[in-house]
Amino acid sequence: MTQSPGHTRVVVGMSGGVDSTVAALLLKQQGYDVVGIFMKNWDDTDENGVCTATEDYDDVVRVSNQIGIPYYAVNFEKQYWDRVFTYFLDEYKAGRTPNPDVMCNKEIKFKAFLDHAMALGADYVATGHYARVEKRDGKTWMIRAQDQNKDQTYFLNQLSQEQISKVMFPLGDLEKPEVREIARDHHLATADKKDSTGICFIGERNFKDFLSHYLPANPGEIRTVDGRLMGRHDGLMYYTNGQRQGLGIGGPGGPWFVCGKDVEKNILYIAEGKHHPALYSQGLIAEKVNWISGEPEEKVFHCTAKFRYRQKDRPVTVHILPDHRIEVVFDELEWAVTPGQSVVLYDFDACLGGGTISTVLNQGTDAELDFVDSAQI
Amino acid sequence: MDPVYLDYAASTPIDPDVLDVMVDTYKNVIGNPSSIHSFGRQARKVIDDARHTIAKYIGARSREIVFTSGGTEGDNMAIIGAALANQKYGKHIITTKIEHHGVFRTCEYLENQGFDVDYLDVDRTGRISLDQLKEKLREDTILVTIMFGNNEVGTIQPIREIAHLLAGRRTLFHTDAVQAFGTVDMDVKDTPIDLLSMTGHKIGGPKGIGFLYIRDGVHIASFTHGGDQERKRRAGTQNVPAIAGLGKAVGLVADDLSDRIADCLKVRKTLLQTLDRSDVDYRINGNPEHFLPQILNLYFPGTHVETLLTKLDLEGVAVSSGSACTAGSVEPSHVLTAMFGEGAPETQSSIRISFGAGSTPENVAEAGTIIARSVRELTETGRAGERL
Repeated sequence: MTQSPGHTRVVVGMSGGVDSTVAALLLKQQGYDVVGIFMKNWDDTDENGVCTATEDYDDVVRVSNQIGIPYYAVNFEKQYWDRVFTYFLDEYKAGRTPNPDVMCNKEIKFKAFLDHAMALGADYVATGHYARVEKRDGKTWMIRAQDQNKDQTYFLNQLSQEQISKVMFPLGDLEKPEVREIARDHHLATADKKDSTGICFIGERNFKDFLSHYLPANPGEIRTVDGRLMGRHDGLMYYTNGQRQGLGIGGPGGPWFVCGKDVEKNILYIAEGKHHPALYSQGLIAEKVNWISGEPEEKVFHCTAKFRYRQKDRPVTVHILPDHRIEVVFDELEWAVTPGQSVVLYDFDACLGGGTISTVLNQGTDAELDFVDSAQI
Repeated sequence: MDPVYLDYAASTPIDPDVLDVMVDTYKNVIGNPSSIHSFGRQARKVIDDARHTIAKYIGARSREIVFTSGGTEGDNMAIIGAALANQKYGKHIITTKIEHHGVFRTCEYLENQGFDVDYLDVDRTGRISLDQLKEKLREDTILVTIMFGNNEVGTIQPIREIAHLLAGRRTLFHTDAVQAFGTVDMDVKDTPIDLLSMTGHKIGGPKGIGFLYIRDGVHIASFTHGGDQERKRRAGTQNVPAIAGLGKAVGLVADDLSDRIADCLKVRKTLLQTLDRSDVDYRINGNPEHFLPQILNLYFPGTHVETLLTKLDLEGVAVSSGSACTAGSVEPSHVLTAMFGEGAPETQSSIRISFGAGSTPENVAEAGTIIARSVRELTETGRAGERL
């Protein structure tokens, strides 16, 4: 790819937020043939006909005109429903805590959208993600963002070599405050727009209400790890490991934390005190593991890992297992590792890839905590 | 290459003669047409002349023409006005499944207000059946509103037959003539239409102006209240320069209607020949006999309308899907859905090409070549994608 920027078409996924706006602006300033496209993935039109997508699209229109690029929209509601939302519900049904952003990146932003962009003659797609892509030794690597606080490689762990070789992340070398500053300097309409929070299709709504529309809630018992009945839960899907709020357990003792689920018996397990051994584990098994720049040659190696977004890296030993699975053994005990979330592996600044946590190993140091293994495999 | 504009059904460039008349009016006609002094009389003459030109062209009397802000206002005024004024006789309205939203959503609004609306089916060419209309007609049917020519697929309805069918009844007949006006001869003397709406910007006139023809003796409720303008049917100071422009635009249509039709048919043929030569698979959505010459709706199997429209724009060909957008993304057309059924491939893979004053055999052939190439590229990548 030695094409000049002017002959390189970059299709930017524009959400109407400040990050993708500045990504488009920077590419335009570098002289690329920039095209902005808004993805409509979810229809949240309310009874008054108001839809956040319409407002976001209006912002895309305004900033695209300011930057001077053509803009379009594309509808991926069906693909999003089939490939992301269905997975999201299935994971909850299985008692796990899914990560729809990871799946959205894998299936929508860097698949359906990438295909759409390529059909439009794009050489690259770009997004406002905080991450970097670099060529090293003939391979493409995903590198952590300059802004360690905003780094989003965690959510991009499922991308393939083929996908990231067609991707540009113009914000990878910038700190978030610089991005806002650039937007303000150029008087872009989205300069002071609030960052979106939470899961995109739920938005600001109450999570419990939202989920109850799609999945039947099945209330059941709350028990301590040693079997004491402590109360009733509203449905296992509303709880995740390490959760403290919303358990509704009063009386002496506590605070209480969620430490596991038995989906078959519909029991929610809790432990008393943040540092209860049942909240700690020694390792995990992950499935559907993706290696961004190829599977490492050694079957056992030491690296660092994150088990949740924005967590500090933890030193771990990885054992590569058959069928796209890995066992990850922690150097030190880890708190509230949650099935369904991603484990993402790093070699210094490079994101190696990751997988979905299917089993948490050796949870607790007590023999009586074996319940967890049977519940979570 | 300059982009080729082939979306005249959405809006047309203003005719230079029309613009001259408007600029002249803006510069030289300063009064309010309702004023009694010389400046007012001058403005009044401008709108009366325009009204006369329009009335003459459609075989109406001047007083039967009410100026509006365009097609949607005319549709709303006619339908809601007729419904409110006649609800003492009944609350039943008949329309079709392929109306422009200006009619369609107005009927839905009336349904929510307690009116009873029947939506006629269309066949695969987009024509209604007179038999179904006869079946649906009731004692309490106060209004039938059926578009003259469809804005997406160009199908012309049997307006004359409908008008004569309704002529002996109390039922009023409204037609949305927005898209047909300018390429179809229309005469309300021959064809007993009660209400007809049109807009200026589809015929080389300015945006934001149109008229509603209201047959003498037909009473509709007015919903702007204020001054006595437009014989109390639409209060508010008239947009004098725009009305002058509309009058001129209609006058130009009257002068060369048959040339316009011939020109459109010629470039339409050019486009189809270009596609035929390039061996691209397509079908025409519409009626092979009763169609507007400026509209060509094409189904390209295996393409996706959003991708195709975006690609064509990036390649410099401006066409449309003819249907509504939400948050910029194209929703399946209700017209194609009515013709081919819910989820039919035609509703996912069709585009509307429309011709006008700036369309030449050269630029249309050029556009046709780009369309064929783009369709080929998209269907090839589509097939490649399936293999993976």
